[in-house]
Amino acid sequence: MIQVSDLSKSFTLHNQGGAVIPVMAGATLSVAPGECVGLTGASGAGKSTLMRMVYGNYLAAEGSIRVGDLDVAGAEPREIIALRRRTLGYVSQFLRVVPRVPTIEVVAEPLLVLGVARDEARGRAAALLARLNIPERLWALSPTTFSGGEQQRVNIARGFVHGYPALLLDEPTASLDAANREVVLELIEEAKARGAAILGIFHDEGARARVCDRLVDVTCFTPGLA
Amino acid sequence: MTGRIFYENSEISQKFRGAERPLLAVRGLTKRYGARIGCAEVSFDLWPGEVLGIVGESGSGKSTLLSCLAGHLAPDEGEVVFDTADGLRDTVAMAEAERRRLARTDWAFVHQNPRDGLRMGVSAGGNVGERLMAVGARNYGTIRGQALDWLGRVEIAADRIDDRPRAFSGGMQQRLQIARNLVTGPRLVFMDEPTGGLDVSVQARLLDLLRGLVREMGLSVIIVTHDLAVVRLLADRLMVMKGGRVVEQGLTDQVLDDPQHAYTQLLVSSVLQV
Amino acid sequence: MSDYNFAYLDEQTKRMIRRAILKGVAIPGYQVPFASREMPMPYGWGTGGVQVTAACLVPEDRLKVIDQGADDTTNAVSIRRFFQKTAGVEVTEATAEATIIQTRHRIPETPLTEGQIFVYQVPIPEPLRFLEPRETETRRMHELEEYGLMHVKLYEDIARHGTIATSYDYPVRVEGRYVMDPSPIPKFDNPKLSGNPALQLFGAGREQRIYALPPYSQVVSLDFEDHPFVASKAEHDCDLCGAADSYLDEVITDDQGNRMFVCSDTDYCRGRRAAGQVGRLGGEAA
Repeated sequence: MIQVSDLSKSFTLHNQGGAVIPVMAGATLSVAPGECVGLTGASGAGKSTLMRMVYGNYLAAEGSIRVGDLDVAGAEPREIIALRRRTLGYVSQFLRVVPRVPTIEVVAEPLLVLGVARDEARGRAAALLARLNIPERLWALSPTTFSGGEQQRVNIARGFVHGYPALLLDEPTASLDAANREVVLELIEEAKARGAAILGIFHDEGARARVCDRLVDVTCFTPGLA
Repeated sequence: MTGRIFYENSEISQKFRGAERPLLAVRGLTKRYGARIGCAEVSFDLWPGEVLGIVGESGSGKSTLLSCLAGHLAPDEGEVVFDTADGLRDTVAMAEAERRRLARTDWAFVHQNPRDGLRMGVSAGGNVGERLMAVGARNYGTIRGQALDWLGRVEIAADRIDDRPRAFSGGMQQRLQIARNLVTGPRLVFMDEPTGGLDVSVQARLLDLLRGLVREMGLSVIIVTHDLAVVRLLADRLMVMKGGRVVEQGLTDQVLDDPQHAYTQLLVSSVLQV
Repeated sequence: MSDYNFAYLDEQTKRMIRRAILKGVAIPGYQVPFASREMPMPYGWGTGGVQVTAACLVPEDRLKVIDQGADDTTNAVSIRRFFQKTAGVEVTEATAEATIIQTRHRIPETPLTEGQIFVYQVPIPEPLRFLEPRETETRRMHELEEYGLMHVKLYEDIARHGTIATSYDYPVRVEGRYVMDPSPIPKFDNPKLSGNPALQLFGAGREQRIYALPPYSQVVSLDFEDHPFVASKAEHDCDLCGAADSYLDEVITDDQGNRMFVCSDTDYCRGRRAAGQVGRLGGEAA
C-alpha cells in the first residue's frame, strides 16, 4: 500500500548562504495492507521528515513514494489533495484548525468533504469523541482552548473518523494517560484489522511492541550516519 | 463560438477534454504598466472545488493578477480560459457584455473593503437580491425569501434585512458582501484580502464561514492575501509571487513547510509565531 | 417678429436638435446627447422641452402648452407666449385641436392622435441615477442592458412601504430594450405612453439629452409578478365635472381642512362641463 523507493531529500537554506543540508538518501521501505511499520532512530534522524514526505508535505528530491496508485513524489497538488481526502490519513502532533470551530465539526470535517451527510458525520464524530473520553460538554467548543492531551485526542479522532486505507501516525500516544492510550492502541489495532497500512513513530516502547509488525531504523537513510 | 474553434488544437483543449477537467486555465498572463511589470507570464490551472491562494508582499503583482483574471483589467498578453456553459471561452478575448454577464452569474468577486462590493444606500435584502434581479428574477416574494435564506447562511439576523449596510459592523458587512456574491450560485469566486480589515476574532468566524460555503457549494476560489495563516486554513494550493512573477507554487502546506525558493523561505520565516 | 429667427433658435441649432430627435426616434428610449442652448428662461422651466418644440415648429402649427395638466399656470402661459412672440404660431387650449403639445408632468386625458407631436420637459433623464451616480457606468449599463438595478429600486420601495410607492417618474422599458424615465408624470399616465398614436419627444435641457417614443411604441412599466404595476389615482370623482376616470388634483379650500378634487387636465374638465356634466361642487364653484 505504501512503497518508498530510493528516496532522498535535502534542504537548501537560501537565506543562510545557500547552505545545502542533506537529510535523507536511499530511503526504501514498504507497508502492506493490515501492517503497521514503526520508524525508529534517534531524534533528528529523519523519522518525521520521512512521514512528511509520504504525506506530500515535504518535497522529495529523488526517488518515489507510492501510496495506492499514486506516486506522491511526482504528483500534481490536486492529486495529493484527493489522496489525502480518501486514502491517506495523518495524525500529527499539532492540531491546526480555524479558531472558534466546534470540536465536533473539526472531527466531522474529513467526512463532510467526502460528501457524507451532516447528521451521519456528526454521529460518527460524536461516537469517536466519546470513546476517546472527551466530555460531551466540550464538543461545542473550539479545541484551540483545550489542554495538550485533549487536543491530541481530537487530532486522533479526526484521523480515525474516516477509514483511510493508509495512515501516518506521529507519536499518537504521547501525552496520553493510560486509559486513553489503551483506546488509541485499540483504534490502531482495529484499523489494521480492516486492512489499513500504517506507518508510525512511537517513542512509547510498549505501544510500539504491541502494534508494530516491523520496525525500520531510519538511521540507515541518514546521510553521513549510515 | 469562436472560442471553441480557437482551442480545438491547443494544449488547453486537450486538458479540458476529459470528464474531470479544470474550470479555469491561465496561460502566459502578462500586464505591464509602461516599462514596469504588473504581472508576467503567469500560468496555472484551477480545478473545480479547489481553493488557490496567491501570496506575496505589496507590489508583488498579486492584485494586478487578480484584476486581470476577473476581467477588471485588460492584460497585455495571455489567455484566461473558462469552462462556460457554452464551452471553453477565453475571457480576455470575450466581448465586454459577455464578460460582465459571466461576472454576475458564474463568477463572483469579494473585495477587501465591503464598501467597494456593496451598495451602501440599499438595504441588506436589496444588496443580496440585486444579482437575482440582474439575472431576471421578478418575483418579490421569492427574491426576499432567498435573501433571508442567505442572510441566515452568513449569520446575519433576519430582522436586519431592511437595514442598510452602513449600520453594520465591518465583519457583518463582509459577510453581507459574501452573501450578495454567492446568491446566484457562482462557480468561481475571486477574493481580494477578504479578511484584511477585520479584527482577528472576526477573521476566524469569516474563515470558518468561507470554508463551509466552499465545501457545501463546491466553489472554486482564487484568494489573494498577504496573510499566510489565512491561506494555510483556506487554500488547497498556493502561488507565491514576487516582482510580478510566480516564484513558487504547490500544495499549501508543502510550500509553507518546505519552501524551495529563497523568497518563500524569507516570507515564511518572517511570520511572527504566536 | 422680425427681431427673432422663426421659433427663436437659429437654423443650425434646430438642425442639430432635429438630428438628435431623428436618432432618438430611430432608437426608441435611447438618450441622445445634444448641445443644449442657453434659453431665455432658467433651467427647470422647460428649456429642454422648449428647444425640442422650437426645432419641430412650422408656421402652420397650432401649439398647446400645459403644466401639470393646466393651460393657465405661469410656466405654461410664459412658454405659450414665448412661441406666440418668436414664431407667431396659433395657440390653443384644446388638446384635440393642437398639432404640437408641450407638457410638464402630465399626459392629457383626451387621447392623442396620429400626426400630433407631444413634447415632455424632463428634469433628470437617467432612470438609473438613483442608485448609480456615475454617468460612465449608467451608459454602459444601458449599452449592456444591465437593468437589475431598476428592480432593486422597486424592491427597496416594497421592503420599506409594503408596496411600490413610486407614484410618479415611474420607470418603463421601451420595446423590450431601453429602460426610460418617462419624466415626472404620475404613474396614472404610464399606460398612455404605450401604443400612443402621437410622436412623443423628451427634452432635458440641463442634462443635454433628447429621447423619443415613435407612434405606437410598446412601453411597459417595470414591476414584480407578485407586485404588479397599478396606474393609481385618488379615489374620488372630479368635484367640478364629475369625471371618474381622470387624474385629480387635491385643492385645500379653507383653513378648516376642507378640500376638493378637480381634474388636473383643465381642458378636459372644461370640455365636460361645457357638455353639461356636473360634479359634487360643480354648481357653486362654476
